[in-house]
Amino acid sequence: MSGIRKADRAGLAIAAGLALIAAVILIDASRLELTSTYGVGPKMMPIVVALGIAILAVGNFVMALRGDVAKPESADLRPIVLILGGLAAVIALIGMGGGVIAAIAVLFAMTSAAFGRRALITDAAIGAGLGLLIFLLFDKLLTLSLPAGPIERLM
Amino acid sequence: MDTLLALAHGLTVAVQPTNLFFALIGVLLGTAVGVLPGIGPALTVALLLPVTYKLDPGGSLIMFAGIYYGGMYGGSTTAILINTPGESASMATALEGNKMAKAGRAGPALATAAIGSFVAGTIATLGLTFLAPRLVDVAVRFGPEDYFALMCVAFVTVSATFGASPVRGLTSLFIGLALGVVGIDKLTGQARLAFGVAELLDGVEVTTLAVGLFAIGEALYVASRRHHGEEKLEPVRGSLWMTKQDWKRSWMPWLRGTLFGFPIGALPAGGAEIPTFLSYSTERRLTKFPEEFGKGAIEGVAGPEAANNASAAGTLVPLLTLGLPTSATAAMMLAGFQQYGLNPGPLLFAEKPELVWGLIASLYIANIMLLILNLPLVGLWVRLLAIPQPWLYAGILVFAVTGTVAAKPSVVELSMLTIFGLMGFLMRRYDFPVAPVVVGLILGPVAESQLRRALSISLGDPMVLLQSPISATLLAIAAIALIAPFVMKGLRRFQADDD
Repeated sequence: MSGIRKADRAGLAIAAGLALIAAVILIDASRLELTSTYGVGPKMMPIVVALGIAILAVGNFVMALRGDVAKPESADLRPIVLILGGLAAVIALIGMGGGVIAAIAVLFAMTSAAFGRRALITDAAIGAGLGLLIFLLFDKLLTLSLPAGPIERLM
Repeated sequence: MDTLLALAHGLTVAVQPTNLFFALIGVLLGTAVGVLPGIGPALTVALLLPVTYKLDPGGSLIMFAGIYYGGMYGGSTTAILINTPGESASMATALEGNKMAKAGRAGPALATAAIGSFVAGTIATLGLTFLAPRLVDVAVRFGPEDYFALMCVAFVTVSATFGASPVRGLTSLFIGLALGVVGIDKLTGQARLAFGVAELLDGVEVTTLAVGLFAIGEALYVASRRHHGEEKLEPVRGSLWMTKQDWKRSWMPWLRGTLFGFPIGALPAGGAEIPTFLSYSTERRLTKFPEEFGKGAIEGVAGPEAANNASAAGTLVPLLTLGLPTSATAAMMLAGFQQYGLNPGPLLFAEKPELVWGLIASLYIANIMLLILNLPLVGLWVRLLAIPQPWLYAGILVFAVTGTVAAKPSVVELSMLTIFGLMGFLMRRYDFPVAPVVVGLILGPVAESQLRRALSISLGDPMVLLQSPISATLLAIAAIALIAPFVMKGLRRFQADDD
């Protein structure tokens, strides 16, 4: 029993994560005070769900010990970081009032880069054009408002 | 006779120009997303939900159904030409279809898929037309405890039959159920699992979850394994038309595929994967040309394609009559109904017959549109596959983010989208099925409120669940469906030890 394989460690991590979620749900449910006069109150569902997740945590733990875990092929980390970075940039831009067009431009460029393109400026320009098109479509045609920044307010 | 009258009335609704237009947009979009690898019909409906919020409910739902049917047609094109199934229901088609394309018989493969889809889709829609009113008659008698029991059946079958392992399927389901608990409890007004975040009081948006899991999760997954090499597109060479021999070998598989697809889709057994693989193995056993299987046998394309279209129509039976989604796309369509305050079920048939029957009638029209779109125009769709992969996925992510922002322009919502995306990626990577999460989020709160209603009517006596014969039967089915996979697995291990 020397050295746990990598996939097994992933299985153990999943089991631990599930146990943690179950605990969080139980603690949250214990804080509910009001209940119904008849039948079951608001605590029933969270408790049932938490118990289910706790049992499944054990199930996943057993499977991890047995090595009954999916063994994924190697994954490339760089594109994942690029896409998540793009999404983080979107959150920051929308949060600080940068507007949806700039956010789309950044996301488009970073996702394209994640899929192997090396033309960041061109892709950002395409993304900005796409963003403008989407903004006009939503704002004028579908009358759905998108978060506006300095660029959007010019229109 | 009543059914035919209702259908005729539905047809007058469906042929109204605006509804025809919605159906056309639906089938065009559906075929496009079916062809494009990486986006399926479930994601497309999810992306469109916030956009269609202000449109006419009848038209939008007709469009969603068109997307569902179109996705099933389009998926076969990708499966045949690049061996990358556009959606999981086309995996069986890829087995023989891609071999046929490599042998220069892409044309007949595409033709038998399209015509088989049309035949199966039309027969299965007929099945839906005549089965739905019968089921509605039964469903009218359902009390809250029966609905709760029915949800339990759906939970078990959706999670235990999807994917490779019941434990992983149930894990996915319970994550969905946990997400369904988030928000204000409707009966007592207390916040659950909101952790003081105001945006969480309304609960988790179904669209945010679905878009995160399907769009962002999928993009991360594909990007992370790009270095494993790309798939090659087979050109469509030679005649598109089927020979007399092809027709002779196709028609029986079409009918058999329909017979697998429709009932399995209609039972809450979940997904189109099971009937397509059943159809594939049956055709393989019954064929007069066993030597061709594995090298491009037309039966292996005709059967599974028919099965997957028939199952799409089958899925609409429990969705429309009971409000029970058994596939990811059906779950998103249910969310579509809910966004207009409509609850599919017997009441909807009674209160809004023009909407329900207009939707059913439009399915016949959608099938005819799809046959035309997919046979003579297949070359156009193949061009879609020439879109560079970076731009395709960048575009998908842009639409995912825009849809979320349009529904709820908040940093919290976008953060949730990102977290769900990461979750979807990890689930794909470690082989946890994604659909049960969505079904759990949508049906969890419904099941809870039905159970609490049943128990408050019975003054808290849980025996009410066993006293209703319908509920008792359904709960027994759920229990068997839950235990069976574990027992079977145990038996198999036992036998393996014996050998």
